[in-house]
Amino acid sequence: LSATPEIPKEDERPKWDNKFQYILSCIGFAVGLGNVWRFPYLCQIHGGGAFLVPYFIALLFEGIPLLHLELALGQCLRKGSIGAWNTISPYLGGVGVGSWVVSVLVSLYYNTVLTWVMWYFINSFQEPLPWSVCPLNENRTGFNKECYESTAVNYFWYRKTLNITPDITESGTLQWWLILCLAACWAIVYLCTIRGIETTGKAIYVTAIFPYLVLTIFLIQGLTLPGATDGLAYLFTPNLNTLKNPRVWLDAATQIFFSLSLAFGGLIAFSSYNPPKNDCEKDAVTVAIVNSMTSLYASIPVFSVLGFKATTAYWDCLDRNIISIINEFDLPEESIMRDNYTSWISLLNLSHPEKIAGLKLKSCDLQEFLDQSVSGTGLAFIVFTQAIILMPGSQAWAILFFIMLFCLGLSSMFGNIEGVFTPLLELQIVSKSAPKELLSGIICLISFFIALCFTLGSGSYWIDIFDRYAGSVPLLVVAFFEVIGVVYIYKIKRFSKDVKQMTGRKLNLYWQITWRFISPLLLLIVFMAFITLQMQKPPSYTAWNPKYEGFPMKEEKVYPPWVQAICVLLAALPCVCVPLVALFHLIKKCRSKDPSIAPPEIFSCQGANS
Amino acid sequence: MLRALLLTLSVVAIAHAELCKPDAQNAFKVRISIKTALGDNAYAWDANEEYLFKAMVAFAMRRYSSKSTTQISNVLLCNVTDRVSFWFVVTDSSKNVTTIPGSEVEAAIRMNRNRINNAFLLSDKTLQFLKITSTLSPPVEPSTPAWLIVFGVVLCLIVVGIVFLVVSGIQKRKKKNKESTESENLEEKVEVTVTLENGIPCEVLDLKSGHVNGVFAADDERFTSL
Repeated sequence: LSATPEIPKEDERPKWDNKFQYILSCIGFAVGLGNVWRFPYLCQIHGGGAFLVPYFIALLFEGIPLLHLELALGQCLRKGSIGAWNTISPYLGGVGVGSWVVSVLVSLYYNTVLTWVMWYFINSFQEPLPWSVCPLNENRTGFNKECYESTAVNYFWYRKTLNITPDITESGTLQWWLILCLAACWAIVYLCTIRGIETTGKAIYVTAIFPYLVLTIFLIQGLTLPGATDGLAYLFTPNLNTLKNPRVWLDAATQIFFSLSLAFGGLIAFSSYNPPKNDCEKDAVTVAIVNSMTSLYASIPVFSVLGFKATTAYWDCLDRNIISIINEFDLPEESIMRDNYTSWISLLNLSHPEKIAGLKLKSCDLQEFLDQSVSGTGLAFIVFTQAIILMPGSQAWAILFFIMLFCLGLSSMFGNIEGVFTPLLELQIVSKSAPKELLSGIICLISFFIALCFTLGSGSYWIDIFDRYAGSVPLLVVAFFEVIGVVYIYKIKRFSKDVKQMTGRKLNLYWQITWRFISPLLLLIVFMAFITLQMQKPPSYTAWNPKYEGFPMKEEKVYPPWVQAICVLLAALPCVCVPLVALFHLIKKCRSKDPSIAPPEIFSCQGANS
Repeated sequence: MLRALLLTLSVVAIAHAELCKPDAQNAFKVRISIKTALGDNAYAWDANEEYLFKAMVAFAMRRYSSKSTTQISNVLLCNVTDRVSFWFVVTDSSKNVTTIPGSEVEAAIRMNRNRINNAFLLSDKTLQFLKITSTLSPPVEPSTPAWLIVFGVVLCLIVVGIVFLVVSGIQKRKKKNKESTESENLEEKVEVTVTLENGIPCEVLDLKSGHVNGVFAADDERFTSL
C-alpha cells in the first residue's frame, strides 16, 4: 500500500482565454453571409423600414429566448450537444444527434460557398477584372455568344466559375479549379480548428472583427457614390401595408431563427467551455442584439451600392437611347443630354413618330432598375461584382469585399465545425491518447472528399437543395424539441435554479413566459407555415441553359422524383433522429427488464460541479 | 475656252455627285464622335479635317495595293452632317468615272485602321466605318494565369501554418510526457523509504491505535533475578 496523498484531478476541459473571445466566437457564428445577402433583400421586398417591426418582434419573442436557452444549457452541463442532451435524458439524446447531423450537412455545403468566394478573391488580382470583359469567340470576330447574350458578369459566374450544366440530372465533370480552392478552404478550416477552441479563439479575433472594418469602409465609399441616396431611400421607405401579408411575418421569424444559428449545437459547444459562474443571460442578449445591429449596418452599404448600380444602369439605358436618336437623325453630339431627354423625345415623337417607333427604344425607368432585387449568391457574385467594376480602383474593392465575405463565412464555419467536433471528442471516437489534431484532421479530410461532389457541373443546384432542405426544416424541429425538453421534461423550475446559480439572478417573468409558451408556439406556427408553403407547389429550380429560348432568363424546371426523394431525406434525416433515439432507449429498457437499472439519473448543474 | 472649262467642271461635279451619294455602290458611311472621345479637347470638324481624311484613305489605298496611283482627289466625300457623319467613295484614276470595288477599299481600311484612328486621336468605336467590322484585339494572356500565382501564395501560407501548429503540438506533448514521467519517478523514490511491518507501515503503529499489553509490560519482580 502506498500512502501517496490524493492529488485533485485537474479540470481537463479546454477553456476560453477570456470572456471577449467567447462573446466574439458566438457573434462570429451568428453573423454570417446571411446578414449581408439575405436581410437587405428581405427588407427590400417586404416594404423597407416596415420589415423591422416583425423582425424585432421575432427577435424579442423567439431569437433572444432560444439563444439564452442554448447558452445556459451548454454552460450548465459543460458538454457538447450529444452529451448534453444525453445527460438531460437519454430519451432526448436524439435532439443532440439531430443537431449534430444538421451541423455535418451544413458544414459540407457551406465551405463550398466559401470556395466560390475564394475563387473570386484570387481572381481579383488581375487588371482588368476577369468578370468585366467578355472573351472573344474562336475566329475573333466578336464576343463569345453566351457571354454576349447575357452579361460578362453572368458569364464569369455561370461558365468560368461553376461551369454549370443546364440540368441537375447532368452532373458534368469535376472542375479542377474549384477542387483546388476547396482544398485550400478546408486547409484553412483545419488550420483554424486544429486544436478546437484553442486555435479558433485566436483566429476569431481576425475573422470576427475584420468584416466590420470592411463594412465601414464600404459604407463610407458607398455613400459617396452617385445614386446611393436613391437606393437607401428605396430600402428604408416604410410601406406599412406589407405587414398585412402573413408571408412577411413568416420571413421575419425564419430570418431571425436562421440568422442566430440556433439549434446547430455550435452554441452549446461554445458555452460548454465557459466557467460555470458566467452571466449567460447578458451574453445571450448581447449576441442577439449585435447580430441584428450588424444586419442593419450591413444593409446600408449594400443598398448604397445597389442604388449606385441601378442609377448607372438607368444612365446607360438613357445613353444608348440618346446615341440611337442622334445617329438616326444625324444631330450633333451632346445635343441631347440626360436631363433634356424627355423633352427631346416628345418633340421628335410629334415630328417623326415612325422613325422613333422604328428605333425600338427601350423605356428607361429608375424604379424598374431598383426593383430588381436579388439575394444570396446572386447578390454577391453577380450584382455586387458588376457594381464593383463601375467603381474606381475596382481591384481593391473586389479584394476587400471578398475577404470580408470569406471572414464572415469562416467564423460561421468555426461554429459549425465546433458543433461537429466537440460531441465527437466527448464520444471518444478516437482514443483519448490520440491528439486532437488527428480528429480535426480526419473530420476535415472526410468532409473535403464528400464536398467534392459540389464541385461538379451541377454542384450549385445541389447546394441550393442542401440549403433549402437540410438547413431549414430540421433546425426548426430540433429547436422545438430543445425548448420542450428543457421546459417540460427537465422542468423549468429546476432549470431556473441552475440559471440562478450561474448568473446569480432569478429568472424573470420574460424568460418564464417566452420559454414556457411563446417560443414553442411560435416555432410550431413557423414550422407548419413553412411546410405548408413548401407543399403548395412541386419543388422547382431555375437552371442556366444557354439553349433555352428565353435565354438569358433562367429556365424554370421541376426536380425529378429521385432528387425530390433526396430532398425529403435531407429534411427528414435529422428530424427522425429524435424519435429514433428515444425508441432505441425505450426498447433497451424494456428488453433488459433489469430493476437495478435506475431510471435516467436526475441531473442538475449543482451535481455537475460537485 | 472658259465655257469648255465650266462644262468639264460641271460634268465632273455631276459625275462625282453620281458616284458619291448615300447608299451608292462601293460607298461607305463614316460616323465620327469627337466629343465622346476627347471631351474638352475636342476639335471641330472642318474642311481641313476632311482633307486629312481624304489623305488617310488615299494613303491606305496606296499601302494596300502598293501602286502609287491613288490621289487625294480620288477620294470623294459627300453628305456631311452635324453629327459628323458622311459618305465617301474612292474613284479609280486609271478608268474614268468608276469607283474602286468596295471589297478593296474595305481591305485597305482594315489593314490601316490603326493608323487612321491615330491620325484623328480616335478609336474603333468613335471613328466608325459602318460596314467595315474591326478585328478585335485578343486580350493579353499571361503564360501562367494570375489567379494561379495568388493561389500558390495563399496555399503556401496555409501549409506553413498547419505544419507549424502540428509540430508545436507534438513538441508540447513530448514535453508534457517527459514532465509526467519525471514526476512519476519522484513518487516511486518516496515510496521506497517507507518501511513495512507485517504489511502495516511503522508510522501508523506509532499512533495511538496500538495498545500496550499490560501482561508483558514488565513487572520485573516476578522474574527471579539471576
